Amino acid sequence: MSQDRDAAIVGIHEYPSRDVEGEVSPLQIKAESASRALKDAGLNWSDVDAIYDAGEAGGMAGLTMAEYFGLSPNVIDTTNVGGSSYEFHAAHARRDIRAGKAKVALLTYGSTAHSNARAIGVGGRGGASMHPAENMDAYAGMTLIANYAMVAHRHMHQYGTTSEQLAEISVATRMHAMRNPEAVRAMEDLEFLDIRETTISDVVNSRMIADPLHLLECCMISDGGGAVVIASPEIARDCRTDPVWILGSGEATKYPMSGGDITTSAAAQSGPQAFLEAGVTPSEMDVAMIYDSFSITVLALLEDLGFCPKGEGGRWVEGGRLRFDRPNDGPALNTDGGGLSSNHPGMRGIFLLLEATRQLRGESTSQVADAKLAVAHGNGGMLGSRHAAGTIVLGRD
Amino acid sequence: MNEPKRPLPRADEFDTQAFWAGTKDKEFRYQQCKQCETVVFYARRHCTGCLDGELEWKVASGRATVYTYSIVRQSYHPFFRNQVPYAVAWVDLEEGPRILSNIVGVEDPLTEVAIGMPLEIEWEEHDDLCIPLFKPA
Ligand SMILES: [Zn+2]
Repeated sequence: MSQDRDAAIVGIHEYPSRDVEGEVSPLQIKAESASRALKDAGLNWSDVDAIYDAGEAGGMAGLTMAEYFGLSPNVIDTTNVGGSSYEFHAAHARRDIRAGKAKVALLTYGSTAHSNARAIGVGGRGGASMHPAENMDAYAGMTLIANYAMVAHRHMHQYGTTSEQLAEISVATRMHAMRNPEAVRAMEDLEFLDIRETTISDVVNSRMIADPLHLLECCMISDGGGAVVIASPEIARDCRTDPVWILGSGEATKYPMSGGDITTSAAAQSGPQAFLEAGVTPSEMDVAMIYDSFSITVLALLEDLGFCPKGEGGRWVEGGRLRFDRPNDGPALNTDGGGLSSNHPGMRGIFLLLEATRQLRGESTSQVADAKLAVAHGNGGMLGSRHAAGTIVLGRD
Repeated sequence: MNEPKRPLPRADEFDTQAFWAGTKDKEFRYQQCKQCETVVFYARRHCTGCLDGELEWKVASGRATVYTYSIVRQSYHPFFRNQVPYAVAWVDLEEGPRILSNIVGVEDPLTEVAIGMPLEIEWEEHDDLCIPLFKPA
């Protein structure tokens, strides 16, 4: 292959607990995850010369995270685009390493959303803020899920997509979750009822939360976090793990526009950039780690990334196509169990990079045989109004 | 105990204050550029279509259609939790603006709201402004 191999993921860690019972802080989750990810790589704190932080733990991260970690980085990047922040961070880390500004980049995430009882999956939202867009929207009582449900309704209207087709995403993801002991424990700790593989009829018969989306199409609300270490080729050669190369990246945002198409997301802009830069096509992907806040998120993003033509996602996912044991039918989806059934503390983007890396190292609990290429796509903000898209294409040697 | 109230916009937000001021007179105001004719909504000081455009205020007819919608069955908000099930929708005004609002004036939102349905504006009165809601035309 002719791709540039100028930055690689060399260390990862996923914080195992999804319910810290208020005993651990987001900062502590970030620091512990960072230390384990560095250990995974065979590196140390002193090797880190660049930090990337979405500021989710508060306290003006650009000023305070280096001190908290005890580092003196040359590059500090505080991009916050919600759940897609970590795909943006990976893209920026690669750019900074390529430019010679950094050799070892550290990305961290920590959240106690579950302990804080923050309403992410099925909750409401508060009053008007001083942002003009918020000042127009807040009176309508749109919940987070209703925002996504409006994309689903329009998708059904334009393309004939059905609830049964959307349910395929929940079913495949839960099947993968049941194979991942950490996901099973997460569902136990969060007191999911009836923890087992699901069927399409389970999903479409679960309680309606915001038409047309049902309970089993919504992500969980967990605690959690993780870390990713990205290094230059010279450093990566000496790490104890096999490098997982960042081959391409794309970034975009989208917002409500008069006459705009709500069914098409910012992924339609970020995806082609990333695949073009990587010199590969969606059909070559072995694994697709796609931000699954809700079932419709995955369906729209799969289309926008180019796995199938716009509007054909419903038919494309039918028949269990997204399962990890169907390698000839396209990529396996969210093989860790996803935000739907394993881990969603509010900004899931980092877990997409973690599981894609596990797959390319051969370490997933739903391992795709001989996986060589993976895409991680984060969606931050809200799909049905303003959101950001970060696409990262990854490959192994 | 006070009844929980609908969250209301702030009348002093820089960009949208003129829109909300117009609602006192039940006017749905939007902006259009005199030079490039771009319709700007939500309100801003600058034209999003050209660099030197001058925006002028116009008043929409209130005629609109449902672009897409959802029926909220569950909310934790102190006001909206008592409204379920209710319809939220992206509504396309005849003149171009797309606004997030509620569909009211239907007996059963579960069966009576549909994409493409024609609407007209229904103002909900408050002390210092009115809220633009929509009902079947
Ligand atoms: Zn103009």
